[in-house]
Amino acid sequence: MGDHGAVIVGAGECGARAAFALREEGYAGPITLLGAERHLPYERPPLSKDGMSADAPGIKTIAEASRYESAAIRLMLSTEVASIDRARKSLNLGDGTTLPYETLLLATGARPRLLSLADTSRHCLYLRTHDDAGLIAARLGSGPRVIIIGGGFIGLELAASARGRGCDVTVLEALPRLLARAVPEGIAAVLADAHLRNGVDIRFGATIAAIEDKDSGVEVRLGDGSVLQADLCIIGIGAIPNVELAERAGLATDNGICVDETLRTNDPAIFAAGDCCSFPLSIYGGRRVRLEAWRNAQEQGTLAAGNMLGRHAAHASVPWFWSDQYDLTIQIAGLADEGRTTIRRNMGEDAFILFHLADDGRLVAASGIGRGNAVARDIRLAEMLIARSARPVADKLADAEIKLKSLLAA
Amino acid sequence: MTDWIEACAADDVDEEDVIRFDHEGRTFAIYRSPDDEYFATDGLCTHEKVHLADGLVMDDIIECPKHNGRFNYKTGAAKGAPVCVNLKTYPVKVEAGMVMIQLS
Repeated sequence: MGDHGAVIVGAGECGARAAFALREEGYAGPITLLGAERHLPYERPPLSKDGMSADAPGIKTIAEASRYESAAIRLMLSTEVASIDRARKSLNLGDGTTLPYETLLLATGARPRLLSLADTSRHCLYLRTHDDAGLIAARLGSGPRVIIIGGGFIGLELAASARGRGCDVTVLEALPRLLARAVPEGIAAVLADAHLRNGVDIRFGATIAAIEDKDSGVEVRLGDGSVLQADLCIIGIGAIPNVELAERAGLATDNGICVDETLRTNDPAIFAAGDCCSFPLSIYGGRRVRLEAWRNAQEQGTLAAGNMLGRHAAHASVPWFWSDQYDLTIQIAGLADEGRTTIRRNMGEDAFILFHLADDGRLVAASGIGRGNAVARDIRLAEMLIARSARPVADKLADAEIKLKSLLAA
Repeated sequence: MTDWIEACAADDVDEEDVIRFDHEGRTFAIYRSPDDEYFATDGLCTHEKVHLADGLVMDDIIECPKHNGRFNYKTGAAKGAPVCVNLKTYPVKVEAGMVMIQLS
């Protein structure tokens, strides 16, 4: 690689991991990590969980400032990138300066999908950044009535956190059940039950007709004519990949910046990784997906770093994510919608795993729920079975007396 | 202080597995390796204080159940993101079928 070195746009989990991975892979040239936020790169998962437990959330940095210094990673925070000049291999920054690159990684992440009905409300908030979390957490302190629009992970984790702060919480979900996109029904039902037991009012099939600020807070009018009042409304209706920079530079996009299995875009000098990219998932025959998940961001950041140095390594991981709500943790390995048959393994104390099998008997996903880390070890083993395209015997999956590790050896 | 503490019976731990041992307000993880040796470390992951005994042992690696941080449980070495702080290890001996660990 030439003198201009490696430049990474986006200083979240993915970008920061990529920067360190470049050094760990032995790269000796300049590394620049550009971040739009003013904070050192930090971990986002706590924002909706522990981060809501006090008025002023702490920040869990990925690495201290000294580690960037000792790895000679140039960290440029509060920095906007205006455009990519692919012909010159250089970035035009928001302050008018330029920054040349030899190889570029786009780790631009995603942003909350906005609800246009809420555009003028001062009481409607979104969660993506540490600063967003600070605004929300400070307002939960006064024990307000909270409406959460969207029964996805962000909404449900916030609902649990807000109940923990003593707030009165209503969740509005457009579909007939929670987490329809990513979580099988059996597990979503257990979560819904936990929210009801903890005093959350969940309205299914709720459409939003109007949102209006009042003297005392915000009023949300539903499609069925009912009117809800609250002090605060938090909107979690999904995320949109940040592809504009790539699009303006003429890079291909398709629900994310399009990359191949090595995370390379249609420009050989430019890679994309994490929440912003859509990539072919080899374990499912190259199905193109975009994942909004912490571990994926980390793994792809690391993989992209190696490939920026010419490794040509293909992404081969099994998607994996988790969510914590109350004392429950769910963990899911693989994409459950790849399965046709479901096998249940009961693990005691209300913990269970659903194994999802394809028509040809391959284990394609496993979804578990339980208190604490009750299902973690077996989900991890399931992930390894999925990665091997194993075809485990259904009876053995169902029998909690049979260790999953023994199936791995088979 | 070089007290040897009785942690568990040797056959309480399966091969290539781990169990939790609590003692005087502290928590430890006791491992049995695939080659039938015993090891002990602090019980909580250095990333987010999760009990490692709920994690998976593969060869000489313990993987945290929460975020897959990995350590070599024989040496305590952190094996990459998200963990960067090593795990404290403790001397272990097996006497009369009991696993003893030395707290210092």
